[in-house]
Amino acid sequence: MSTDTIISLPDQSTARVPKVNFWTKENGVLSWLLTGDHKRIAMLYLISITVFFFIGGALAGLIRLELLTPQSDLMATDTYNKVFTMHGVIMVFLFLVPSVPATLGNFLIPIMIGAKDLALPKINLLSWYLYVAGGITVLYTMISGGVDTGWTFTTPLSTHYLNTNVLSTGIAVFIAGFSSIFTGLNFIVTIHKMRAPGMTWFRLPLFVWSHYAASILMVLGTPVLAIAIVLVALERTLGIGIFDPAKGGDPILFQHLFWFYSHPAVYIMILPGMGVISEVISTFSRKRVFGYTAVAFSSVAIAVFGFFVWEHHMFIMGVSTYSTLVFSLLTMLVAVPSAIKIFNWTFTLYKGSITFETPMLYAFGFMGLFTIGGLTGVFLGTTGTDIHLTETYFIVAHFHFVMVGGMLMAFLSGIHFWWPKITGRMYPEKISQLAALITFIGFNFTFFPQFILGTLGMPRRYAAYPAEFQILNVFSTAGATILGVGYVLPLLYLAWSLRYGEIAGNNPWQATGLEWQIQSPPLTENFVEIPVMDHDAYDYEWLERQKEKEVTTSVG
Amino acid sequence: MSDSTAIANGTPPAAPEHAHPPYQRHHFESMGQQVDATSFAMWLFLLTEIMFFGGLFTAYLIYRNWYYPAFVVGSHQLSLVWGTANTAVLILSSFTMAMGVWCAETRRKGGLVLCLTLTFILGLIFLGIKTIEWTEKAEKHHVPGFHYSVQSFVDPQSDTEVYKEYKDKPLPLDMARHTEVYFSLYFAMTGMHALHMVIGISILAFLIWRARAGAYTTGHVTFVENFGLYWHFVDIIWIFLFPLLYLISRHG
Amino acid sequence: MTTHQEHDKVGSGHQQEFHDAHDTHDHIVSPRIYIIVGATLLVFTGLTVLASLFDVGVWNPVLALFIACVKATIVVLFFMHVKYSSRLTKLTVFGGVFTFLVLMGMTLADYFTRAWGRW
Repeated sequence: MSTDTIISLPDQSTARVPKVNFWTKENGVLSWLLTGDHKRIAMLYLISITVFFFIGGALAGLIRLELLTPQSDLMATDTYNKVFTMHGVIMVFLFLVPSVPATLGNFLIPIMIGAKDLALPKINLLSWYLYVAGGITVLYTMISGGVDTGWTFTTPLSTHYLNTNVLSTGIAVFIAGFSSIFTGLNFIVTIHKMRAPGMTWFRLPLFVWSHYAASILMVLGTPVLAIAIVLVALERTLGIGIFDPAKGGDPILFQHLFWFYSHPAVYIMILPGMGVISEVISTFSRKRVFGYTAVAFSSVAIAVFGFFVWEHHMFIMGVSTYSTLVFSLLTMLVAVPSAIKIFNWTFTLYKGSITFETPMLYAFGFMGLFTIGGLTGVFLGTTGTDIHLTETYFIVAHFHFVMVGGMLMAFLSGIHFWWPKITGRMYPEKISQLAALITFIGFNFTFFPQFILGTLGMPRRYAAYPAEFQILNVFSTAGATILGVGYVLPLLYLAWSLRYGEIAGNNPWQATGLEWQIQSPPLTENFVEIPVMDHDAYDYEWLERQKEKEVTTSVG
Repeated sequence: MSDSTAIANGTPPAAPEHAHPPYQRHHFESMGQQVDATSFAMWLFLLTEIMFFGGLFTAYLIYRNWYYPAFVVGSHQLSLVWGTANTAVLILSSFTMAMGVWCAETRRKGGLVLCLTLTFILGLIFLGIKTIEWTEKAEKHHVPGFHYSVQSFVDPQSDTEVYKEYKDKPLPLDMARHTEVYFSLYFAMTGMHALHMVIGISILAFLIWRARAGAYTTGHVTFVENFGLYWHFVDIIWIFLFPLLYLISRHG
Repeated sequence: MTTHQEHDKVGSGHQQEFHDAHDTHDHIVSPRIYIIVGATLLVFTGLTVLASLFDVGVWNPVLALFIACVKATIVVLFFMHVKYSSRLTKLTVFGGVFTFLVLMGMTLADYFTRAWGRW
């Protein structure tokens, strides 16, 4: 492992965090709660998302604790159902969906395109308040008895057979959904209308492209979830009969509407993470991303094709076999753009000058784990194998590989990569590399056994299981403990770095991109003058020329 | 970029000049950009509305296919007269709204206030007629979830007015029960539509108040234009709801 | 004025102006068009009611939907100014309609083929 590093910090004895920046511009609680500054809103999101992540993580801990033994002995089965439902609802809607877009996307997109803010700052703030309102409603649900339908609210269980807080959870998700819609809407308008002069579409960082694609999904997909929730609410309260077989309704209709959103939702979750990976891999290989156009178009292709495959979540639910054929074929198709990206990142690495700073470690983790998760998705998209693997731990492992091994690692990669830009300070490198390693090891111990459990036949969402599955479950729980350590560590050292971290300067990674040409932390208005873009993304030759000019024309 | 370096060393930047129109927000570089962006944002919001109603239309299509006889007799229970009247009312209100936008664009304050007020009144008329229709439905126990009754469908002759017009045959009990699905969709779709009307009318009230103060006839028309888009969209939803709910089969 | 100035420091001179797509705002649609469209909408409403009074079998719903689509199209093109709008606006409308059709069409693909039974 190379001891080289590309980190280039200013002289620590004289460097200071700039006095005027978006943190210090205004003071007082109201200046934060009523801000229009996309960077402050991003920070508000970062705090609230982290809170919910750890709540969801605690619930995961409870799940793994229960599954240490084959019997349902830690908690009643009903309680267990509530725990995994809440874990799913919080992790999907309150963490994964907003994670990168609402924090890093909000922070970086205007800067990356050369704008002073997003197009609709007030809508951006509203978006955060809606998120908080949704989160509080979820918390209310938890303390008022919980909900045990699973995060998928399958009818007629959720409409007719359970007496738990389906309604308040539905309301929470509805509200949080609007938060997502407004974020996506804001991004699309901003990226179309507020690019700086010279910033053509094909000079945009790939981070922007993937957020653009994810935003299309947010705007077009989330409303269908909204109407599905409304109909469940009406069914529950009034008994209108729309999902009630006794009255002629079809419960599967709910699933069609639910998964029409929830499948694109997984692309909403992963695409921004892929954008992070593009930036990180390029920077730590000192090379432009291989096949920029392919990566850009594949992001949009994932978004478009992502709308055509939702029924693969319903293969065993009673849909027609002919439709399963169609959707299975289309599912194969949607795997292609994702694979294209993996290939392109690999070719970016090839003959690059690779270094192993923390963001890059997470990116490597992403590439391996997302590939495994994605490949197992192909098994699940094939109807014949899906019939045996669905509703088992194979599915659980599959989506945790892509979401935790993929998305969460990308999120952490991005947080570490842009931490110096956001805070002006570097995190401590050695302990962060250790945390990344711990996370990787813990992750594999937790979730790889679950693939085996799934193929052996252990069903998901069960508190009790046959005794022969115990050893693998114990492995999984042990891994989860390690994983938990890996997630708590960044919380600690990132907080530490706010006070004691080294001063980062403008461009500690020697990266390209407009965000690295401005001060760390940025000014509230990002740029004193709107920049004019005259080079492509990932243009390291341009960066070299800039450095030469700085040396000879230093302002002192 | 040297400015950023200067800032990093502690020198604050020069204050930006304020030589732009008062209603231009600071993060936009020009009024054109602001207008463009907000208009585009409104269209994207309408896209979410298309998808939101789209779920309901999908449900409608499926159940109409499955339970066509129930949908036929169900729709006979709706008043063709009120439905057509409401359609005309909304079309007129779309016209007055479009004229209102024209008045704003051509800086006719009086005309704008008049058009917005007419749109407002027409909107209220629409809701009034809807209320009449819904009350009728409630009286006949055709509201799902509230003592829903299939009496009119298993024994059509008991419902003399409708029977006179359409001479429906009695439905078998299970198909008669499926009329509840029809009415569920009727109330869900017209209810969701009416909710959007209420929101629209409330915003219209605000618009009228601001228009009287001259807010939209000085060259800054975006709010009126974008609201117009919303209003027309609500009209379009009704343009589809009307034939789908009211005109399933009116030949007696 | 905070519009961009000549930037020589990166050596490429004057860049493009911000894209001031004033299309919808330069072109003011005349009341004449609105009156024609409004009248057409009312006429078509009458037509669709009339059409529903006759039994043409499977063509009833087809006709009704066709008329509704025509009405919606002229509202979109003229009342909502899309005919005079940028390509982006037209693409946006198309994207929304397309996604809605995907939702409906592919869901129906399940429902319409259930009766076909197994292979």
